Amino acid sequence: MLNINNLHAELEEDSEVKILKGFSLTINPGEVHAIMGPNGSGKSTLSYVLSGRDGYAVTEGGATLEGVDLLEMEPEERAASGLFLAFQYPVEIPGVGNMTFLRTAVNAQRKARGEAELSAGEFLKVVRAKANELQIDADMLKRPVNVGFSGGEKKRNEILQMAMLEPKMCILDETDSGLDVDAMKLVSDGVNALRDAGRSFLVITHYQRLLNHIKPDFVHIMSDGRIIKSGGPELALEVEENGYTDLLAEAAA
Amino acid sequence: MIPRAKLVQQKRDAAVTWLDGRALPEGGVWATKARKAAEDRLRDMGMPSKRDEYWRYTDPRRLTESTVQPAVLHDTGDALPLFDRVDRVKLVFVDGVFDAEASDAPELAGAEISQLRDAARSDLHWARDIYGVLEARGQTPISRPLASLNTAFATNGVLIRVAGKAPRPLALIYRRSQDTADALMHHVIRLDAGAELTLLEDGPVAARYNQVTEIDLGEGAVLNHIRAQGRDHERVGATHLFARLGAKAQLKSFTLSANGALTRNEAVIWLDGSDGTAHIAGACVGDGAFHHDDTVFVNHAAPRCESRQVYKKVLRHGAVGVFQGKILVDQIAQLTDGYQISQSLLLNEDAQFLAKPELEIYADDVKCSHGSTSGEIDANQFFYLRARGVPEAQARMLLVLAFLAEALDEIDDHALAAELRDHLEAWLNRRT
Repeated sequence: MLNINNLHAELEEDSEVKILKGFSLTINPGEVHAIMGPNGSGKSTLSYVLSGRDGYAVTEGGATLEGVDLLEMEPEERAASGLFLAFQYPVEIPGVGNMTFLRTAVNAQRKARGEAELSAGEFLKVVRAKANELQIDADMLKRPVNVGFSGGEKKRNEILQMAMLEPKMCILDETDSGLDVDAMKLVSDGVNALRDAGRSFLVITHYQRLLNHIKPDFVHIMSDGRIIKSGGPELALEVEENGYTDLLAEAAA
Repeated sequence: MIPRAKLVQQKRDAAVTWLDGRALPEGGVWATKARKAAEDRLRDMGMPSKRDEYWRYTDPRRLTESTVQPAVLHDTGDALPLFDRVDRVKLVFVDGVFDAEASDAPELAGAEISQLRDAARSDLHWARDIYGVLEARGQTPISRPLASLNTAFATNGVLIRVAGKAPRPLALIYRRSQDTADALMHHVIRLDAGAELTLLEDGPVAARYNQVTEIDLGEGAVLNHIRAQGRDHERVGATHLFARLGAKAQLKSFTLSANGALTRNEAVIWLDGSDGTAHIAGACVGDGAFHHDDTVFVNHAAPRCESRQVYKKVLRHGAVGVFQGKILVDQIAQLTDGYQISQSLLLNEDAQFLAKPELEIYADDVKCSHGSTSGEIDANQFFYLRARGVPEAQARMLLVLAFLAEALDEIDDHALAAELRDHLEAWLNRRT
């Protein structure tokens, strides 16, 4: 599904700041991978480089989604090919209704893939059902995108977008940040409902607790722009118990 | 630096030059009196000059010179006319001249509608208490000579007096024909106590135009005014809206402008009675050789009134936007609630926004705020939309419309607001 090979990236405006330094990872269809790591290890940058945000220059290596070069594509083309990034900080867009936003996004992707656009009626039916599962009420759908939403509402809104867009490869960037226990359960249930054999997940998190809800197949520890250790779910428990210090020392040795 | 006396003389000379060879239109007693007084005001004030502080950001030359530079009409063959789906009484003007054949019968229950050119011939008319009267009042504290010129020489326009609640909107539709047409148009709108009217205007009046609208709202009267100035790249125009509000009266005025080489829209509003409400808003989209100036003066002259000014401008490729807005709160006007916001979205680095917000407050128990910002498309919002699969051009469009939405939200009638929004979107789409 997603193949990242020896990826190197730096800040566009300051080539001295190198963030990804040889990051490699292969995610097969249906797999859930978690990336953990201390602050500044490059986790969020990885999600931005993969989704096509401006400001980063890839200097070496590459990434493909189902064999297609991801880095050559515009952000919207990556999205239409099935990549989805759930933002750590979902963006507020005053003046654009949440429903308009969702419908525009869904239909833009369908159009890009040569599929027929959903009619207003069809769309409404689907969105209501999915919003209901995430306890997103009609008012949240009507309001401008993320404006005045609580932290939990913003994250639920991200998952609603994911559910509507039905991507193949989902990257969740610190989806647990700013969530209380109940909100985390709700968001995790939303994610788990989307798990299937054809869909893969890359879950970026600081804490193991999210992984109690979204159970990963593989856990990777990231430090200084690359993966320093990979393992199963037990690796996340080890981090929870002992912190990163030992792992980092081990890698440095 | 030119000495002030010399500048005044130059301005007066410019007025004399313009007046040379022009005689005031023939008319009845009231109109002749108003026109003569206006001509005297014009001779005294002289023509506006770019050296005037009040015209600092907008060069008035093309509005004041004796000859009109030709303005080729933009082909709007693909554009649907606005307000066509609205059940309204339509009055059509071509190059500022009333076209009876293209118009509906000027009949609206509870309203008296006459053409200025006819009414000006009679010796007595209700409009004599308003025509040129509000314009003259608007000459202080700052002179507006183009409006006096208009009062003196305009022969076209409508005089509308409404006694009750007008059952349908009145639509003034402007069409252009000649590339060098120079139109002076002067409307007078009087709403008696408790009367209500929705006034719609659409289209560029002429290649060059000077339009004055005097509005007199009686106690509790409600006027909704929605104006679209057409999508016409080369025309130049100056408009003045003078409005006097009685107690509990409401004025809501919205103007949409897209392109046009030069536009100066002035609004002068007096809240003369307590508990009045005046909301004035504008959205404009300018591209290339475009200069758009909104100059607004709101005077709170009575207690407990509310005023709002909401102006949004989207500018690109060298387009220039100007906002000069002032709220003046008299000492008597306690518990005033005044609000003013002017914002621009600059789509290129060479677009320009010039803003001069002013508050002048003499009462001590008031709530007044103003703000002005200028910025580009928000990179985070832009990326967020694209990361969800919205193509670049569409994402930009959504954000431009979102930016303008706050001004469009000032329109109470949702159907009309939606129609304007659709128009804007179509305009923007055709440009990209």
